[in-house]
Order: sequence, then C-alpha cells, then structure tokens
Amino acid sequence: MIAHAIFFYVFSIIAVVSAIMVTASKNTVHSVFFLILDFISISCLFIMIGAEFLGMIMLIVYVGAVAVLFLFVVMMLNVAQQKNQWFASKDSSKHIPVGLIISTLIFFEIIIVIGGWKYKPEIFDINNSIAQTSISNTHSLGQILYTDYIHVFQVSGMILLVAMVGAIVLTFRQRSGVKRQSYIKQISRERTEGVEILEVQSNKGVKIDD
Amino acid sequence: MIEISLGHYLTLGAVIFSIGVIGIFLNRKNIIVILMSIELILLAVNINLVAFSIYLGDLAGQVFTLFILTVAAAEAAIGLAIIVVYFRNSGTIRVEEIDKLKG
Repeated sequence: MIAHAIFFYVFSIIAVVSAIMVTASKNTVHSVFFLILDFISISCLFIMIGAEFLGMIMLIVYVGAVAVLFLFVVMMLNVAQQKNQWFASKDSSKHIPVGLIISTLIFFEIIIVIGGWKYKPEIFDINNSIAQTSISNTHSLGQILYTDYIHVFQVSGMILLVAMVGAIVLTFRQRSGVKRQSYIKQISRERTEGVEILEVQSNKGVKIDD
Repeated sequence: MIEISLGHYLTLGAVIFSIGVIGIFLNRKNIIVILMSIELILLAVNINLVAFSIYLGDLAGQVFTLFILTVAAAEAAIGLAIIVVYFRNSGTIRVEEIDKLKG
C-alpha cells in the first residue's frame, strides 16, 4: 500500500507540474513535450490503478497520434517563438485577474464537491470488485464494449471518419502550376488526335512542329 | 494520506482541470496552446471517470473514457486543420490578432 501511495504521488506531481508547464512554457514545442509527459504520467496512473487497457490506449492514441500531430503542426507553422511575452501586451492585463478568479472558483467548487463526499462515507465502502475477478481488464472491457455499447462504438467510428474527411477537406488545396498525371486524359486519347497521316511529296519533306 | 482513495484521484483531476481552464483564460499568444489546454481538461475528465469506474466497480466509466478519447482525437485533428487553414490565409495564429469577427 505504501508503494502505491509513493507511485501515486510521484506520478501525480509529475502530471501537475507538467500541466503547469504546458500553459506557462514560453516555447510552444516545449509545451507539446510537457503535454506528452503529462499523458505518459497519467497513463502510468491508469495502469497503476488497474485500468491497464485504457492506459495503453492513452499512450498509443495521445502520445503516438495526438501529441505528434500537435508537434507536427507547431513545427510546420513555425510558430514556436510566437508566445514569447506572456503578460507583455497592455490590454491583456484586464482579463488575467478575471481568468484567475474564475479558475480558482472552478477549482474550489470541484474540491467542495469532492469534500462533500466525506459526509456520505458509505459510497466509498464499495469493495473493489473489478480487481478480484479472474478475467483481465482488457477482457472484461471488450466483453461489454462489443455487446452493450456496440452502437455507441459504431457511432464513435463514424465520428472518426467524419473527422478524417473533414480534416482532409479543410486542408486540401489545388495548387496552380504543378504538373500532374491525369489518368482520364491519358486513357481517353483517341488515335485521331494523336497521329496524323501525311502524304509526303518527294523533294519537299514534311514540316513538323508548326 | 498514505491510503490512496478515490478522493486523491478526484483531487488530481480537479487540479489538472483548473490548470487547463487557467491555460485557456491566460494564454493570449498562441491558439495551439489553447487546444492543448482543452486536451488537459479532457484528460482531467478521463481521470475522474476512470477513478470512479475502478472504485465503484463499474466498467461503464472506462467505456466512456474510450469514447472521450475518440472524440478528443477527432477534435484535435479538426482543430489543427482549422488552424492550418487559418494560418495559410492570414499568416498568423496569435490570439490577439485573430480579430476578424469583432467582439
């Protein structure tokens, strides 16, 4: 139990510090790296608490796809240094106290909600029934994901498809001046427009390329 | 303190959620960092769902975390595509200079 506590505090401190660094770091590339560190430590927490399938999926989806996508866009747009002064501009000083107040309000509201659970302690007394079963987390998740939640699963697949098509449609552009191969033009060529039979007269020759 | 309970995970989720909200409010320089803050907020929600799912012994929370992961990936892809298109058209993605819609 003490090892569990030590690992929890280590990973959560890493997660919180890297979450702060995501918003506070001056270079956007560093922000993306801290976001990756955050995802990795949270997925370690998931694996530690017993949701190992979600931890691994988190590593694959977030670190392997989403964070790399962020890194790719940051480097492609070359905006890494655009964040240089945090509080520098004049008109941005108004919203900073408002933002801080609203964020701390949200934080304390959530903390009050969590603390309120202390007054109803029987909710915490449910014993951990997932860990005591013999089948693994992945197995049990698959058993309900493909039966009870199959329609939601298919809807999420449709969401991914729509997102993929939308991203392609948004960023696709036809550049002018680029030579392309057009298959329909190639295969719809007729003999009459490609080849011409000329009657060559003697001592005159044929003039090509006129 | 030593016994890690549900409250610890919920507090961690609350802290990360608030950091994400602070990041959205305070960052005026780069819109990509706002997207990253949204990812942080979704991560905090995932922590809450997984912690409840484990401690209540109900797998539905983990299933919904999977769907949140899906939607977050789709949202990141679409958002970054919109940012790329905007950068191509106007040459900047600084939050202060995106003021074509007055307000």
